[in-house]
Amino acid sequence: MAKVPDFLLHHDGDSVAVANDDLQPGTLQGLSVKEQTPHTAVLNHAIPLGHKFALKDHAEGEAIIKYGIKVGIASQPIKKGDYVHTHNMRSYRWEASRA
Amino acid sequence: MGSKPRLTGYRRPDGSMGIRNHVIILPVDDLSNAAAEAVAKVVPGTLALPHAFGRLQFGEDLELTFRTLIGTGLNGNVAAVVVIGIEPKWTERVAAGIAKSGKPVASFSIEGKGDLQTIADAARVAQIFLQDSSEIQREEATAGDLIMSIKCGESDTTSGLGSCPTTSQAVDRWVAAGGTVFFGETSELTGGEHLIADRCIDDACRRAFQDTYDNYIKVIESTGANLLGSQPTQGNIAGGLTTIEEKALGNIAKTGSVPVIGVLKPAEAPDRKKQGLYFMDTSSAAAECVTLMAAAGAVIHLFPTGQGNVIGNPIEPVLKLTANKKTAATMKEHIDLDVSGLLRQEYNLTKAGDMMMEVIERTVNGRLCAAEALGHREYTFTKLYISA
Repeated sequence: MAKVPDFLLHHDGDSVAVANDDLQPGTLQGLSVKEQTPHTAVLNHAIPLGHKFALKDHAEGEAIIKYGIKVGIASQPIKKGDYVHTHNMRSYRWEASRA
Repeated sequence: MGSKPRLTGYRRPDGSMGIRNHVIILPVDDLSNAAAEAVAKVVPGTLALPHAFGRLQFGEDLELTFRTLIGTGLNGNVAAVVVIGIEPKWTERVAAGIAKSGKPVASFSIEGKGDLQTIADAARVAQIFLQDSSEIQREEATAGDLIMSIKCGESDTTSGLGSCPTTSQAVDRWVAAGGTVFFGETSELTGGEHLIADRCIDDACRRAFQDTYDNYIKVIESTGANLLGSQPTQGNIAGGLTTIEEKALGNIAKTGSVPVIGVLKPAEAPDRKKQGLYFMDTSSAAAECVTLMAAAGAVIHLFPTGQGNVIGNPIEPVLKLTANKKTAATMKEHIDLDVSGLLRQEYNLTKAGDMMMEVIERTVNGRLCAAEALGHREYTFTKLYISA
């Protein structure tokens, strides 16, 4: 890929991706780091460098996958393309840890 | 970088090696900081290591303080030690623990004499130690002579994508070259602790790791608190990390792919004949963790950061790398290696590893890292419980 990817995901199959720059809503080009597969996604919100957005719809309580591993659960329904952070995702290990 | 890096270091009488040649003035307790700092002023070129504790501790907490003090003196980056304490008994215990290495050690206690006489007596010896140590020459070293430690801080999602995998490259290469590496941060393995357990070399190691992890979580839970608000930190959250599990996987991404061969207590030195990757039970607080690892013998530290941590250590150079282009630009003076090009796909991970190894080699051979140049000397003790 000649162009710098707009977003990166660790593994194909991850349910969230990371912004590789400050991003505006719209259609974006990305890359999976492990498999080096090109990905396309539509982002619904402006998000800063390093923040995450959903690559699929998540129901409340559904696992959020990054590095191919469950890293949290949706604390409310998350639509594909939505910004994902403490407002809609929480730890499943530290139950009381709703931020 | 094809060929093996050429490394040099200072050989100590016990066979250990370091990459710096410090003469340290080591206070046993908080009360002796003033005298220790005065000695370092009178004899510039020596280094005082003030800290906050050392009085009325007991049990395992006191043992850890002794292990930290003695281990600091034993570190290969230290040529000679002047120990100063308020009373003779504990002062002598620290000095004797260091003297076993054959390294020059002198101890002074303040009671019955006062600060001024102590400073004068200690300064005379510090001067001799400094002049004598200035004649020690660098010699050839291998990775097997130089213990490395790793710990990340102010992490964000770029840590897991760039700076931690780059550190991983260095860990695998260091161990492949016969070296030893420490990692720790017990609480920051939460959600990925099974990945570390799977990498333990045998059942005994796995049990020791699992016990250490479970015990830490028990301690947290026994307080009735949870770590929300502390883990992830506000800086982590600003950088896009949402949960402890997500942070932990980034943390673990820096530990290489080699097996975990042993589990160490805080500040516990490994068996020097068993080289490889060790897990040490430590806090995830940067200054505490690096202080414990240096006290266990680590002489060079790799510190991946996302949002920008500024930590240093008085005796162990702390090399910082980041894959966050904003941090690389806004906190340039703290960053020894910028690997943000990895995220822009300008080069691959092997190349980033080569860049890391080059910075390591130059730092080993004497180039001051950013934290050293900026005078970051955080020397912070881990307290296991309140003092008597």
